[in-house]
Amino acid sequence: MAYSTKVVDHYENPRNVGALDKSDVAVGTGLVGAPACGDVMKLQIKVSADGIIEDAKFKTFGCGSAIASSSLVTEWVKGKSIDEAATIRNTEIAEHLALPPVKIHCSVLAEDAIKAAVNDYRAKHAVGKAKAAE
Amino acid sequence: MNDMTGLQRIERKPTNQRAPIYLDYQATTPCDRRVVEAMLPYFSDVFGNPHSRNHDYGWAAEEAVERARGQIAHIIGANEKEIIFTSGATESNNLALKGVARFHKGRKNHLITCVTEHKCVLDSARHLELDGFEVTYLPVQANGLVDLDQLRSAITDQTVMVSIMAVNNEIGVIQPLKAIGEICRERKVYFHTDAAQAVGKIPLDVEDMKIDLMSISGHKLYGPKGIGALYVRRRPRVRLEAMISGGGQERGMRSGTLPTPLCVGLGEACRIAEAEMGAEGERLHMLSDRFYNAIMAALPEVYLNGDRERRIPGNLNLSFAYVEGEGLMMGIKDLALSSGSACTSASLEPSYVLRALGVDEELAHTSLRIGLGRFTTEEEIDFAVERIVQEVSRLRAMSPLWELAQEGIDLKSIQWSEH
Repeated sequence: MAYSTKVVDHYENPRNVGALDKSDVAVGTGLVGAPACGDVMKLQIKVSADGIIEDAKFKTFGCGSAIASSSLVTEWVKGKSIDEAATIRNTEIAEHLALPPVKIHCSVLAEDAIKAAVNDYRAKHAVGKAKAAE
Repeated sequence: MNDMTGLQRIERKPTNQRAPIYLDYQATTPCDRRVVEAMLPYFSDVFGNPHSRNHDYGWAAEEAVERARGQIAHIIGANEKEIIFTSGATESNNLALKGVARFHKGRKNHLITCVTEHKCVLDSARHLELDGFEVTYLPVQANGLVDLDQLRSAITDQTVMVSIMAVNNEIGVIQPLKAIGEICRERKVYFHTDAAQAVGKIPLDVEDMKIDLMSISGHKLYGPKGIGALYVRRRPRVRLEAMISGGGQERGMRSGTLPTPLCVGLGEACRIAEAEMGAEGERLHMLSDRFYNAIMAALPEVYLNGDRERRIPGNLNLSFAYVEGEGLMMGIKDLALSSGSACTSASLEPSYVLRALGVDEELAHTSLRIGLGRFTTEEEIDFAVERIVQEVSRLRAMSPLWELAQEGIDLKSIQWSEH
């Protein structure tokens, strides 16, 4: 199967590989997929006090399209508010990377990873606020 | 140049880019140049129909075909009258299973095979089930071999045939053919073996191993594609129903004009393989040990799939934990090999062969099949090891599973979101 040049570029030069401190209240972590299905993505976002994503890191177990999808979304979410980031759709990812139909699930997983990271951040934040209010 | 050694490199693409190193010898093998040389006269010069019994053209072609039949018979210890030419191992397996089962329909209705067989055996068995036959699919042990006690207890008075492959195409393990043959002979059931991956790789003897039918493929042993053979025992005679109707060639079991050049090619491929098997086997053993030892020394958490000892030397199937197989293959584009990962196939399931060994799904997704063969060199092995080690290390550094494992977290303790 031939990969698009964008997939190959992200696979060979993945952006923002790495990890953020998941115990940091400013960090939201999303871990989606399953080893048994052949792909797992971990996406982390670091959010500023005014709700802007300052940094993003990923690690992915999966095929080239899965690695490219997660690498791409780390670029896309940076500088966005968490609300904006949560509106990124898998179809945009798939279109940008020219994913073939059999690889659409990689873009779905990347969208899920963003949502999971945002939810994790919000959950932490809700707990933080609740504690502050006590 | 007339290259009689056959050891010349296959031609590279006329670009600056070097063609990938071929490490997929279980998928297919290049046709040996000596085989091609032997075939050439039979396209345009000796072009007669080998079944034409009334002129020189036919006789010359017939002589060539019969010589080839003898060469094929010789490598498996059979008589040339017991060799039926087919289009390949898929047809041979279809003919063996469906032909024998249908001939005995009404008297016996049970067949035994194994879960790790090639798809063409499993699919033929499924079709027979639709026709009302009962099929037992024997499981395999963790090393990929069938359990002889389970085989013994699966045989009933309704069993017409046992079909167990000689060498597995994914994991290269060699089934205990002689023991299986003895059980079958004692219980008076036919023993068929799909030997597509075995002929020319390991010594085979249909008498010693008590094999009644054997499927052979041309292109797996440096012969041409589009030709194969089925060995059908004459004493005691194996009866089967033909699948192709026509002029009654091949003792009525497979009608159709024989493709003389392909038959000659298969014969020559068998002759060469028989002559060189000993030395070639030792060389491949050395190369696969070199590969295996270097990988294991350089990388932790690499697992060999299939028995370490009872396998052909030209196959290694390795799981590189925490690195997905297709992702890995994309990084080693300078190597041509196969993965047991789901993503490389149309289905999203990982290899059914690895699953049958009890390999976890996640490990099945991380496997590579490394197939070595006649034209593999030491330099290629060293280069392949270097590239695989580089890429596995790079991908592990970006694998969330590797990270979790390094933190001492059991991956099975995590609630994964299956999709």
